[in-house]
Amino acid sequence: MAKYTCPQCGEQIETAGIVTVCPQCHADMSAVVEAAGHALRQRAAELIRDDSVTTHEYIVRTRGLTKIYKMGDVEVPALRGVDLDIRRGEYLSIMGPSGSGKSTLFNLVGGLDKPTSGSCYINETDMAQLSAHELAWQRCHTIGYIFQTFNLIPVMTALENVTLPMIFAGMSSDEMLERGRMLLELVGLGGRLHHKPHELSGGQQQRVAVARALANSPAIILADEPTGNLDLHTGKEIIELLKELNVESGVTVISATHDLKMIDVSDRIVHIRDGRIERIDRREDIELEVGTMGGEETAV
Amino acid sequence: MMDVKKLAQVAGGGGAKSLQIQAQISLPWSDAFRISLKSVVLRLGRAAITATGIILGVAFLTYVWSDRIFSEGVTKARIQQEQTLAAAAEAVRGGGKPAAGGETASGTATPAGAERPAGEAPAPTTAGSEDQERSARTTWLVIMSLLVCGIGITNSMLMSVTERFQEIGTMKCLGALDSFIVRLFLIESVVVGALGSVAGILLGFLFVLLYYGVKAGFSVTAKIDWAELSGYVLLALAIGTALSLASAIPPAIRAAQMPAAAALRTEI
Ligand SMILES: Nc1ncnc2c1ncn2[C@@H]1O[C@H](COP(=O)(O)OP(=O)(O)OP(=O)(O)O)[C@@H](O)[C@H]1O
Ligand SMILES: [Mg+2]
Repeated sequence: MAKYTCPQCGEQIETAGIVTVCPQCHADMSAVVEAAGHALRQRAAELIRDDSVTTHEYIVRTRGLTKIYKMGDVEVPALRGVDLDIRRGEYLSIMGPSGSGKSTLFNLVGGLDKPTSGSCYINETDMAQLSAHELAWQRCHTIGYIFQTFNLIPVMTALENVTLPMIFAGMSSDEMLERGRMLLELVGLGGRLHHKPHELSGGQQQRVAVARALANSPAIILADEPTGNLDLHTGKEIIELLKELNVESGVTVISATHDLKMIDVSDRIVHIRDGRIERIDRREDIELEVGTMGGEETAV
Repeated sequence: MMDVKKLAQVAGGGGAKSLQIQAQISLPWSDAFRISLKSVVLRLGRAAITATGIILGVAFLTYVWSDRIFSEGVTKARIQQEQTLAAAAEAVRGGGKPAAGGETASGTATPAGAERPAGEAPAPTTAGSEDQERSARTTWLVIMSLLVCGIGITNSMLMSVTERFQEIGTMKCLGALDSFIVRLFLIESVVVGALGSVAGILLGFLFVLLYYGVKAGFSVTAKIDWAELSGYVLLALAIGTALSLASAIPPAIRAAQMPAAAALRTEI
């Protein structure tokens, strides 16, 4: 919960989110909210010490997120205002045709790119307010990334790939090796610790990537088409792995995908088209719809 | 096979993950060295291309410097030889019997060599300006060759960095700061630069050694100013390494500052 005071009318606004204008007098609140950003972070740190209150309901929230790519004189709008709240522990799929802006959204949520306008909050912290160090820390500790192309470091072995984020986190070498070994064993690659990526199959590489994403116990796993380069069976394995992790550890999974297999495991499916959220399906609703008429009713 | 329940336990985090954002991210030098060395060794082909520029540049530099030192050594040896010959001729003359052999020897060495107090002979003015001109030309050549090599290395570094945009983007996703990326590339370029320089020095030196050895006999090595030569060798090593480092800095910084998303998107 954050408390803001309107600079114009003095109205006290208490909200779990942010305010852009005062609900009372419609004065611009952005400066106040921005100033509060730092205080908020400090408060979050205090809350940590008090173990009873550690979490916010929404782990990711975006407000009016837009992204416009400039290619010379041409402007390519990839996102045109996305408001999305993602609950802690949710398994969320982002679906949409090619070019609809899935990867762009993924990049903004993951702090890999800056929005043209709008904001993205992770644990109620505005990503735009983080320093380079804090952003790196967040990428290292809070988010685990999985890519369509696996993106393992080609010159490093499976174990080295998995331990790399632990180096950045400052883990001791022994602890790091033990944890890396354990993670790889648990994704079924105990016998491939010292294999290079090119010596592994696509499915195995993606499992290394999952192990790497888990290296520093992230709160969020961001996966951009994790099954895009895998065959049906292997893709299913990866999805099931992510789903089980989501259920067992409560890690939030956000996955951009074309893959209809994802629907079964998703708590919600966000359909985007032309940079906008077209509709959001909840699994219960889909099951219901499929059960009744299989229609395409929008359910939000 | 997989044990996801256990995996979830190990992965932990999830719901209970702390909210506290910190700024402590590290890449110890020892790890950076390990990663960079590995990268050089496993991408030997790419390193070799970069190193070739350095090897050639440094070899030429070493060639020019050791050529001068060797030719000085040879001159010194010749002057000593002349002195002994002159002394011998003197002794023979003193003996009252003009020896044709001695005279021819000193005659072929230098015209009127016997009369000149060897070693302190003031060089004729024309020869002096010629010398100066030659050394100016050599300096010019060295600078040009280093420039050309520098451009070559920059180009090859640029390629090497571009090839690895994906990798750089991935590292940033895993929590690498821009400075880590720069650090990795700089270590790599210093290693490649130093190894290339050593190879270049050996190449340039061996060439000169063989040339003078064959021309004037390997005994010249006894007359070489080794101290001066090793000074130049160190200088060549420093120049080669610095050249490699300087050409790596701009592309490394540029790559490191790219937004992670842009780096990840690039395909080559
Ligand atoms: N770096 C960029 N420069 C210019 N345009 C871009 C860039 N990245 C994305 N775009 C454009 O933005 C739009 C959205 O792209 P995005 O990659 O987010 O789509 P996507 O939904 O992930 O598609 P796919 O399913 O094919 O991966 C597209 O029109 C794309 O051409
Ligand atoms: Mg995409």
